[in-house]
Amino acid sequence: MNFETTIGLEVHVEMKTNSKIFSPSPVQFGAEPNANTNVIDWGYPGVLPATNKGVVENGIRAALALHAEIEPHQHFDRKNYFYPDNPKAYQISQSVSPLGHDGWVEIEVEGEKKKIGIAEMHIEEDAGKNTHSPNGYSYVDLNRQGTPLIEIVSKPDISSADEAYAYLEALRERIQFTGISDVKMEEGSMRVDVNISIRPVGSDKYGTKTELKNLNSFNYVKKGLLFEEQRQQRVLMSGGEIGQETRRYDETTGQTILMRVKEGSDDYRYFPEPDLPSLEISDAWIKEIGDAMPQMPNNRRERYINELGLTEYDAMVLTQTKEMSDFFEATVADGADAKLASNYLQGDVNAYLNDEQVDLADTKLTPANLAGMINLINDGTISSKMAKKVFKGILEGENPAEYVKAHGLVQLSDPAQLQPIIDEILSNNEQSVADFKNGKDRAVGFLVGQIMKQTKGQANPSVVNQLLMKSLQAL
Amino acid sequence: MASQIDEQQVQHVASLAKLKFTDAELSEFTPQLESIIDLFETLEKVDTTGVKPMTSATDQVNVMREDVAVNSNQREALLKNAPEAENGYIKVPAIIDESGDAE
Amino acid sequence: MNFYETDLTQLHDDLVNKKISATELTKATYDNIKAKDDQIEAFLTLNEENALAEAKALDEQGIAADQLVAGIPLGVKDNIVTKNIRTTAASKILDNFKPIYDATVIEKLKAQNFINAGKLNLDEFAMGGSTENSAYQVTHNAWDLTRVPGGSSGGSAASVAAGEVLAALGTDTGGSIRLPASYNGVVGMKPTYGRVSRWGIIAFGSSLDQVGWLTTSVKDNALLTSLISGHDEHDLTSSTREVPNFGAQLNDDTNVKGLRIAVPKEYLGEGVDEKVKTVIKDALKHYESLGAIVDEVSLPHTQYGVAAYYIISSSEASSNLQRFDGVRYGVRTNDVKNLEDVYVKSRSEGFGDEVKRRIMLGTFSLSAGFYDAYFNKASQIRTLIRQDFENVFKDHDVVMGPAGPTVAYKIGSTITDPKAMYMNDVLTVPVNMAGLPGMSIPAGLADGMPVGLQIIGKPFDEETMYKAAYTFEQSTDFHKAQPNLGGQN
Repeated sequence: MNFETTIGLEVHVEMKTNSKIFSPSPVQFGAEPNANTNVIDWGYPGVLPATNKGVVENGIRAALALHAEIEPHQHFDRKNYFYPDNPKAYQISQSVSPLGHDGWVEIEVEGEKKKIGIAEMHIEEDAGKNTHSPNGYSYVDLNRQGTPLIEIVSKPDISSADEAYAYLEALRERIQFTGISDVKMEEGSMRVDVNISIRPVGSDKYGTKTELKNLNSFNYVKKGLLFEEQRQQRVLMSGGEIGQETRRYDETTGQTILMRVKEGSDDYRYFPEPDLPSLEISDAWIKEIGDAMPQMPNNRRERYINELGLTEYDAMVLTQTKEMSDFFEATVADGADAKLASNYLQGDVNAYLNDEQVDLADTKLTPANLAGMINLINDGTISSKMAKKVFKGILEGENPAEYVKAHGLVQLSDPAQLQPIIDEILSNNEQSVADFKNGKDRAVGFLVGQIMKQTKGQANPSVVNQLLMKSLQAL
Repeated sequence: MASQIDEQQVQHVASLAKLKFTDAELSEFTPQLESIIDLFETLEKVDTTGVKPMTSATDQVNVMREDVAVNSNQREALLKNAPEAENGYIKVPAIIDESGDAE
Repeated sequence: MNFYETDLTQLHDDLVNKKISATELTKATYDNIKAKDDQIEAFLTLNEENALAEAKALDEQGIAADQLVAGIPLGVKDNIVTKNIRTTAASKILDNFKPIYDATVIEKLKAQNFINAGKLNLDEFAMGGSTENSAYQVTHNAWDLTRVPGGSSGGSAASVAAGEVLAALGTDTGGSIRLPASYNGVVGMKPTYGRVSRWGIIAFGSSLDQVGWLTTSVKDNALLTSLISGHDEHDLTSSTREVPNFGAQLNDDTNVKGLRIAVPKEYLGEGVDEKVKTVIKDALKHYESLGAIVDEVSLPHTQYGVAAYYIISSSEASSNLQRFDGVRYGVRTNDVKNLEDVYVKSRSEGFGDEVKRRIMLGTFSLSAGFYDAYFNKASQIRTLIRQDFENVFKDHDVVMGPAGPTVAYKIGSTITDPKAMYMNDVLTVPVNMAGLPGMSIPAGLADGMPVGLQIIGKPFDEETMYKAAYTFEQSTDFHKAQPNLGGQN
């Protein structure tokens, strides 16, 4: 029997705002436990939530990036459940009127393009963190409580683990380029819940879904789905039934393990949040936000190829992160040659980032300084060899022109300055001149070396070559 | 219309609300709740076709806060009010049921 | 000090002119409380030590002429959070709770240097109409100690009626200011939803709750309401409308000539005590004699108000009260083996029966399969109730009727029958459902017990209500009637 697979993904993205969605506490990774909390985050008696405008705006940005329709009349809802990391015992979310709906992203798997639909996306608050200890206690840190989240729910359009992987990549890329989140799974700013079902090809009814948890990277999502797809097939082929269950992905064995069987659906008793006024999202507001939005990666790639003359490959590499792409654009805006800027970023800069395991933002390198260096190479002020030294300088935040000056790296290109030196070298090395006349080309190399030595390596090699040949032939 | 609540239903609702009733309490509460729910059911008589539900009485729309962070510096005071706290964390007896994890 | 024989403006002038010191006034207030509260049992927590220290400091710096409540001790209902002063909402689950912040209303009063006399009893989490649902004590009606003071702001109303404090803050979710005001013969105003910030009010029904004052006079009430009103960035549902100085508009020229009063026939129908009806009808006649126009109208969905109100308020309460779980503050039950114990035992032991009933009703009304028939249906009825009022207000300025169907009843007479107790709210809950302002003023006595005239206004038109109330008060003597508390007044 042949089966077809249906995969659904629920992606939670943490926004990097200054403050939480309903409280002014800072949003910050890695603070002391409960340091970034206040009475609102603790759900104290009498407190009220206050919506962060920045979160709504970020939600609109995400919706625009994912081609979603934005709901003009929105309100928040309460989702009720008890848990120590959920201090009010309800999460403020959007159930009835999600911020965005009916969006899509385009993926490409094995050369085939496909649109994956987004059913809905809404803004909500994150929970705190529970740490279970073997001593029979749990420890609650509410720093994360109230961190703004956007939840993105896919339509049942994904039919393979590879498509799921590509969808996540596409989602991450587009969200990242809006600038609203780092979208890093390893830091928890992107979290993925997955459900999967299979059915015989041609069946008009979806099979029973299982949910997968503990998928901490895109690779694990793919591996977990592949395993689960095959497991379900084995169960059905052997005449068994798929249970409505939640399964945990085990990173070491690559298998999914039963966590719990779902009995009916959870009863979250959703109802409209009475503490918050409703939101009316005007077209003017959406336009204002859209106009100021950073360009999406596919548009940037087109521009790099068509306007800046880069190759498709270069355009792809430069748009892997918004950070790199923004840096590239700023470097070009500062007057650098696009191809050279692209080469430097993909070559020396990337090598440095990899060696040091840092992000661009963590370095002292600026687009202005990189552009400055590239221009010094272009106008012949420094040689590409000298540029290696200058590059080290600009990594430390130094201005390339000043660095070149301070380290005497200026290239000697002026024939009026070089000619007397060449004349001197020629008169001191008659044997080499004779060798040249006798057809020994090697002598030229020796003479150039002498000139470079005399100029402490500052002479412009191509100018030296030119002048030298002219002088030799004139002799 | 007969009320839709019996002792079993009461117990189910109690479990959602994290309350527990003894048998004696249950037999006292159930008829009380039943009689109130009978009162609730009088609403069936009203034709509300097409009536928009009113879930807030505020005259405010689109009121929001600017995205500015303020540290409350209330950590110590908050932890002091907690029944149990340790090393800056709120301490609670172990969770048996893992199902409530952040959704 | 007999607070019936003075008022806020007089006390303020006396303080500014040093005819009396804040210390003397504070001491006199506690003398009143000590003389009467053994019988009234209105206060849960006294703030005497702090109050006297604050009074002393104020006397040293002098009372500012622009701070109306400076140096004046006032009572605060115990579901309003007060920094460092125990706040219980009359519940065992908050028995040990000391808030670390102030409610906005308290902040506003503190900015004016008021003195917090102490925290007043209520029905646990403001759920009830008699104050018998307090986990701590039963408060007694100053007019007849065997009767309830009404609720849930029973402590606030009884304390003001007994002359313990000049005024007290209450809250009103379905009548909790107006009913006790009526039962105790004092003035109680529930402002329009959104007029006063709810930040720091321990939430019961978030879409219904409002803070307001219980006072012996209309003018005091008006002056005090202006002090606590206005938009608050902590409460996004609070209105950004400007706040008039309500008290400044009450003077000898205030009148009701041409005031169009609507009297819903449902408010004087079946279930309302005949003697109460008589008092109200006399009051309406008095209004006519003062030049007002009285019309009978209909608010056809009134009869559904109680059912719809109990669904909505209980639903919101069931969610609001989930935070009391023994994890972060308040009382955690000893003898817990796991998290489920912490939740279930702390809540089952910490909440009283009425609170549990409401949580159960609310949880049920929101649960899967019942939401549409209960919560959503009730919210639709709510729309109809508001429309009823909107229709009447098209050609009337205020609505009037009784605040409660009876006078204060005997302690213990309804507590075993929750449904009967709920029906007592039939005349007050529609106001909260519609988000309107509503007040109760003394209109006379029935069988020696006070009867309150309820005045309901258009949204944010407390001004017209205060003027109507003031005119009535100034032309009658009902407000001068004092409860005879063992001859101590």
